[in-house]
Amino acid sequence: MFRELFTPQLLRATIRMTTPIILAALGGLLTYKAGIFNIAMEGMILVGAFSAVVGGYFLGNCWLGVIVAILAVLLISAIYGFFVVKLKSNEFIIGIAINIFANGITVYLLRAIFGVKGAFSSPEIPGLPDVSFPLLDKIGILNTILNNHSIFIYLSWLFVLLIYILIYKTPLGIRIRAAGEHPKALETAGVSVSKIRYITIILNGILCGFAGAHLSLGYLTLFTEGMSDGRGWIAVATVIFGEGNPIMTFAIASLFGFTDGLAFLLQGLGIPDRFARIVPHFTVIFALFIVARRAVLKIARKKREVIRKET
Amino acid sequence: MEKVVEMRGITKIFPTVIANNDVDFSLYKGEIQALVGENGAGKTTLMSILYGMNQPIDSGRIFINGKEERIYHPHVAINKGIGMVHQHFMLVPSFTVSENIVLGHEKRKNGILLDKEEAIKITKEISKKHGFLVAPMARVQDLPLGIQQRIEILKLLYRGTDILILDEPTAVLTPQEIKELFSTIRSLVSEGRSIVFITHKLPEVMAISDRVTVMRKGRITGVLETKKTTMKEIAKLMVGREVLFQVEKEEPHFKGVVLELNNIKALSDRILLAVNGVSLKVQAGEILGIAGIEGNGQTELAEVVTGLRPLVSGEIIFQSKNINKASPRQRREMGIAHIPEDRLKTGISIDATIQDNLVMGAHYKKPLARGIHRYLRQTKDYAEKLINEYDIRTANQNLPTISLSGGNLQRLVIAREFSFDSKLLIISQPTRGIDIGSIEFLHEKILSMRDKGNAILLISADLDEIYALSDRIAVMYEGEMVGEFHPDEIGREELGLYMTGAKREN
Repeated sequence: MFRELFTPQLLRATIRMTTPIILAALGGLLTYKAGIFNIAMEGMILVGAFSAVVGGYFLGNCWLGVIVAILAVLLISAIYGFFVVKLKSNEFIIGIAINIFANGITVYLLRAIFGVKGAFSSPEIPGLPDVSFPLLDKIGILNTILNNHSIFIYLSWLFVLLIYILIYKTPLGIRIRAAGEHPKALETAGVSVSKIRYITIILNGILCGFAGAHLSLGYLTLFTEGMSDGRGWIAVATVIFGEGNPIMTFAIASLFGFTDGLAFLLQGLGIPDRFARIVPHFTVIFALFIVARRAVLKIARKKREVIRKET
Repeated sequence: MEKVVEMRGITKIFPTVIANNDVDFSLYKGEIQALVGENGAGKTTLMSILYGMNQPIDSGRIFINGKEERIYHPHVAINKGIGMVHQHFMLVPSFTVSENIVLGHEKRKNGILLDKEEAIKITKEISKKHGFLVAPMARVQDLPLGIQQRIEILKLLYRGTDILILDEPTAVLTPQEIKELFSTIRSLVSEGRSIVFITHKLPEVMAISDRVTVMRKGRITGVLETKKTTMKEIAKLMVGREVLFQVEKEEPHFKGVVLELNNIKALSDRILLAVNGVSLKVQAGEILGIAGIEGNGQTELAEVVTGLRPLVSGEIIFQSKNINKASPRQRREMGIAHIPEDRLKTGISIDATIQDNLVMGAHYKKPLARGIHRYLRQTKDYAEKLINEYDIRTANQNLPTISLSGGNLQRLVIAREFSFDSKLLIISQPTRGIDIGSIEFLHEKILSMRDKGNAILLISADLDEIYALSDRIAVMYEGEMVGEFHPDEIGREELGLYMTGAKREN
């Protein structure tokens, strides 16, 4: 069974499963860095996925679908930003509200627009293109793992790099980090903290729009209710583990992608579907436990060391 | 002379208080003006308005260099050449010095990227020009407060500030650092800049300022020329009545050792050895003042003695009994009272009512309770009595504690701690951020507790306070006691050398 699981196919699945998580997590880490703990990615991905199908189906072009997805998520983001930045409401409560609202509105509109329950699929929904690199197909294993993925997979790698540069190497990035760490220092330097936070919320909206469009137009072209399926929450966990660093966040998102891929392949091996789907979420809990425990142990060890040395 | 700032009829109303009431203020080119007043007099509010914060105001007009301006955000103030060093520094701890200096006014390279080399170059140039040495690549969180203040000033100079507002700049500095700050201020003024110096320390006003504006309860009560006035006159305008600068103090009557510490050690929250082998004795009827710059282990020392922080090694002996293992509550019941330095976090529960905070610690015992039954009428009377005795200004003891001003909060904490039968008082920074009127009152209370036979361990970063109250002074530096003196046998300057580690007794 081991040999059947650990194949290039598993790595290919890992890459595929990582993409929606990292796209949303990149958005989440931007707001995190700016001092907003955003848990609304789950709902934003869902709205993105649904709107991409709506846009793609009625406008007949996958990229127009992506644009509709971004606009829809930005509309939700505007509500989120208005409450969190302008009215200074509790970001958890607003985040939960957005997630519940997203679930309800997509189920409702699915029936209202397409007249179906549960899922909508049609050959008239245009899918996003796969990209094939001409030289890669000469190298068998790399071809299997890396080549012929949907376009957002490659774009997400580019975004990791771009957002790393944005945060650590640009004037906007230094302001984003200041907004999170010491907002008053930024405000008294003459920069509006609210403006910086709105910028990160907009960027988060665009990235969640991409994540949603990738989910519904990336492989199978269809929308199902609750399609985001916990990926937004995993993205939240990823941001925390990665401490807002894009490279770390990508590494951790890949770990979740791996367990997701594992779950996917386990289903193919006759492991019951519901059981297989526990795997990624169990990983989250396990990883949380390890991280928390490591921190506690580290402090305790350091205390013992200092005491031993000094007495 | 040319007015660089003129504020006319400024009124700013906060939900519970009129912070500025029809205030007129002006600043001349090239002057150092002290802005003095008690806490809550409205000094910081007025200057924040000039800096574009606390907007919108309820009425008033602001003129900069004779032109009316609408300063609705700090960036407008910065463009007009106004800069403010806030009481709590506005530096991002994890950023480097140069990143902090350019924040908000960054230079770019290739049109997109942050030019870090340029930021370092700017920092070097500007620090060289003004004779402050700072390491551009050091992280602010690793630097002492005195250096952080220099960075704040450099930040303003980089932005081309020629009107500098300094909000209580000497609060965190040693006597040597204060001297350096004053010479910096003088050189900035000689280059044509104008300075507003917010403070409530009158000796500093006399030492540095050209003019003084005095505020009380949101209004201006006087604008004076420093040369033609006295501390007494300024103090009277601040408080509204005569103030005694020297509290009357009788000779101490020592009555045996109450607290003895033998070589105690304790860790800080950052797991460093904060208290490193401290030994001392405090007798009944005396005040032992612990002088030192904040962050040299004083906080941890107080917490170890009161049982809030675990002891690593050593012995704490209270009334001839080893109390190493006693819980904070047991220690309290033995008679150790504690006035912590951080009133809001440790001294009170902000969300509880004034009554709750006043009776805390007494609430479960006779005469306020028996078993699980609390006597509410007695509790109310008890709180009422303390409110009257300590002159805590509140409309109602059932209001949330957060509704009290700083001075009243401290009166509340002192009222609670002084009202139970104590043998030892641990008092940390009792008058920090408190107005002159309250300081006078609190100092008298502390002395009366001493005269009643309490042993008092007074921890203070304020040398005026240390000298005013202590019968003995011990200096703490990097977790150790580096010297012990009688207040008459050591001057401030020399004490400053001990506080900064430049000198120590063995």
